[in-house]
Amino acid sequence: MELNILWFILVGVLFTGFFFLEGFDYGVGMLLPFIGRNDVERRIVINTIGPFWDGNEVWMITAGGALFAAFPHVYATMFSGFYMALFLMLVALILRGVAIEFRSKDESSKWRSTWDWMIFIGSTLPALLWGVAVTNLIQGIPINSKMQYAGTFFDLLSPYTLVGGVAFLLVFLFHGALFLTLRVEGELIERSRKAAVKIGLLAALVFLSLVGLTYTNTDLFKSALASSALWGAVAVFVAGYVLLWLKRFGWAFAMSGLAIAFTTIAFFSGLFPRIMVSSINPAWSLTIHNAASSAYTLKIMSFAALALVPIVLAYQGWTYWVFRKRVTAKELEY
Amino acid sequence: MEEVLLARWQFAITTVYHFLFVPLTLGLSVLVAVMETMYVRTGNETYKTMTKFWGKLFLVNFIMGVVTGIVQEFHFGMNWAEYSRFMGDIFGAPLALEALSAFFLESTFLGLWIFGWDRLSKTMHAACMWLVAFGSNLSAFWILVANSFMQSPVGYALRNGRAEMTDFMQVITNPYVWGQFPHTILGGLVTAGVFVTAISAYYLLKKRHLPVFKPSIKIGLACMLVSTLLVMGTGHLQAQFLATKQPMKMAAMEALWESADPAPFAIAVVVDEKNKKNSFEIGIPGALSFLAYDKFSGEIKGINELQAAAEKKHGPGNYTPNIAQSFWTFRIMVLSGLWMMLVAALGAFFFYKKRLEENPFILKLLLWSLPFPYIANSTGWILTEGGRQPWIVVGLQKVSEGVSTNVTSTEIWISMIGFTVLYGALAAVAIYLVRKFIIIGPLDEKPVLSVLTKKKEATLWN
Repeated sequence: MELNILWFILVGVLFTGFFFLEGFDYGVGMLLPFIGRNDVERRIVINTIGPFWDGNEVWMITAGGALFAAFPHVYATMFSGFYMALFLMLVALILRGVAIEFRSKDESSKWRSTWDWMIFIGSTLPALLWGVAVTNLIQGIPINSKMQYAGTFFDLLSPYTLVGGVAFLLVFLFHGALFLTLRVEGELIERSRKAAVKIGLLAALVFLSLVGLTYTNTDLFKSALASSALWGAVAVFVAGYVLLWLKRFGWAFAMSGLAIAFTTIAFFSGLFPRIMVSSINPAWSLTIHNAASSAYTLKIMSFAALALVPIVLAYQGWTYWVFRKRVTAKELEY
Repeated sequence: MEEVLLARWQFAITTVYHFLFVPLTLGLSVLVAVMETMYVRTGNETYKTMTKFWGKLFLVNFIMGVVTGIVQEFHFGMNWAEYSRFMGDIFGAPLALEALSAFFLESTFLGLWIFGWDRLSKTMHAACMWLVAFGSNLSAFWILVANSFMQSPVGYALRNGRAEMTDFMQVITNPYVWGQFPHTILGGLVTAGVFVTAISAYYLLKKRHLPVFKPSIKIGLACMLVSTLLVMGTGHLQAQFLATKQPMKMAAMEALWESADPAPFAIAVVVDEKNKKNSFEIGIPGALSFLAYDKFSGEIKGINELQAAAEKKHGPGNYTPNIAQSFWTFRIMVLSGLWMMLVAALGAFFFYKKRLEENPFILKLLLWSLPFPYIANSTGWILTEGGRQPWIVVGLQKVSEGVSTNVTSTEIWISMIGFTVLYGALAAVAIYLVRKFIIIGPLDEKPVLSVLTKKKEATLWN
């Protein structure tokens, strides 16, 4: 296989892993103020993602690094073009990280509720912004002949991309609520279930509008793989919702995760072989060829990725095994 | 070109801030792992208390390093997009490898370490901290591989309007890396050694928790003494390397305007940049040649000659970094190092004589040495990065050519002010927490869970 294609797939896999994993921990972060009604409950909610969130975030960092290494022009065009959006996201991620670490380090209730809101904001904003970013990629943004973004921050916000942002946010919320049903105990399970039931319906509605708008606003449906993946995402999402009603939480969570994975696959295969679509002139789009690193660099990086990715998957998987038990109030490390 | 200046300031602010936390992470992860290993091997609970206490301080520091590190990764694309296009083929690879081989490792095993006290065996738990330490230091390696290419490019060819990698092995065996890497790692150990020593000295002064802090200060002093010596050694080797590979940085560090053989080592100068000379200078004859070549002769090229040679090679322009900045950052770094070595030796001497506890003067000296590693680390990086000006990649691309062309100065202002304000606030919070933990001390093992849970608690939205 041509290495440019391999790296396109690898970047896709990294984003899929990132949205799947960080999807539920953004969801949990957004739900924190609403599911946890007192200090212990909120600590329990945070501890459901406590051992994982940092490792999950590395999926994003690695995706960024992989873009830099394999498609430097995409890295340069995207992050200079999405400048203000990325700045907001970085601020949110900084607040979120320190909030998770700092919130229990002081007894004052004001201290704790402040950091809890930081976790909320730090989870909401990136979820929204990633949705906006992904839909912008497929819809097309003003990229000129010199591979430069030629718009402003507000050009990134269209009805389509805003629906994309809200859809991502709601799907992550649903995913997070389902994750909580698996990780908490007693009354909290019921509360998480109820949240998932409410959010799921709304998420389904907005997600369907996203699919509809994707049909009118993009050329994604030209690709058979992309359109079947997107319809597959709708199908597994509905299946997840039904399984939630049947209280088969494990399966429901797997389905919401699959829905996220299928959506990501849909967007990536809809893009292929482009990575960023130019709305000014299709010929100015950044593709896996005109934006890529040299064949030599791709070869070196391929060896490294093939050696390292399985190891990473093994120990990250093991972490989930070590912390498979539900989080209880009796054993809170923090 | 206001954007270039702003982008440079932003890089300087975010990087120096990030690097206030990184060195302590590099070193303290090792020391915490050592403490926990001692706990596993002896079963002595004191070592567990120690591990938990220093681990708590480590975590506050670690998370600050992590969150500021995310900014580092992305602002190459945000502010330095043209650099990223020109250099992505070479620079992206170590960054991606850093994420794949090091970040996953540190973050995953740190999660296991924090939450795994009751779920993992003792040995397994200690192994987690060793993996965190390994991952942190490995990430330093990759970032220095990337940085070293900017200082001294190797293993590349100019093709398709950019620098393309031709030999990965050459990039990772760049002699510049092997000067920088040990120096940086040891700088981390110095930082951790001083940190542990200074805070332990505080407790010895207060005569609190002596069973925990007498062994702590022993570990801290040993680490400080050995690593300050080694950091000087590696620094010296690096300076020798600079003399041949980055002569302009060397000349700037020494404020040496005219080539000289033998060259004197300047102790203090007043730089007159306009007239390209020093209006005042005292120095030791021949000492610079000795530092560079281990003998009292040998030519060191001066700024004026190097500037003329650069103009001949790269066309007209200013190829001279800020001389006063280079000169003084170098001396502040070296003096901080010497100071730390001296107090480490004093502290170790009194500890060895078993007279440290009763000597408040030495203990205070150790306590007040806490800022020095931070000063040394920061000035070291300001020298390293400032000293390659005007180049972003020495000889290949200038800083002014690397900046993003479609980003406006307003955008840079907003993000720069945003990060600076946020970083300032977080620094205050981190210092508040570290201070609080130090005042509480290590024996306070009561659950951090709030007493609030007993009474009816206000919900978050009222």
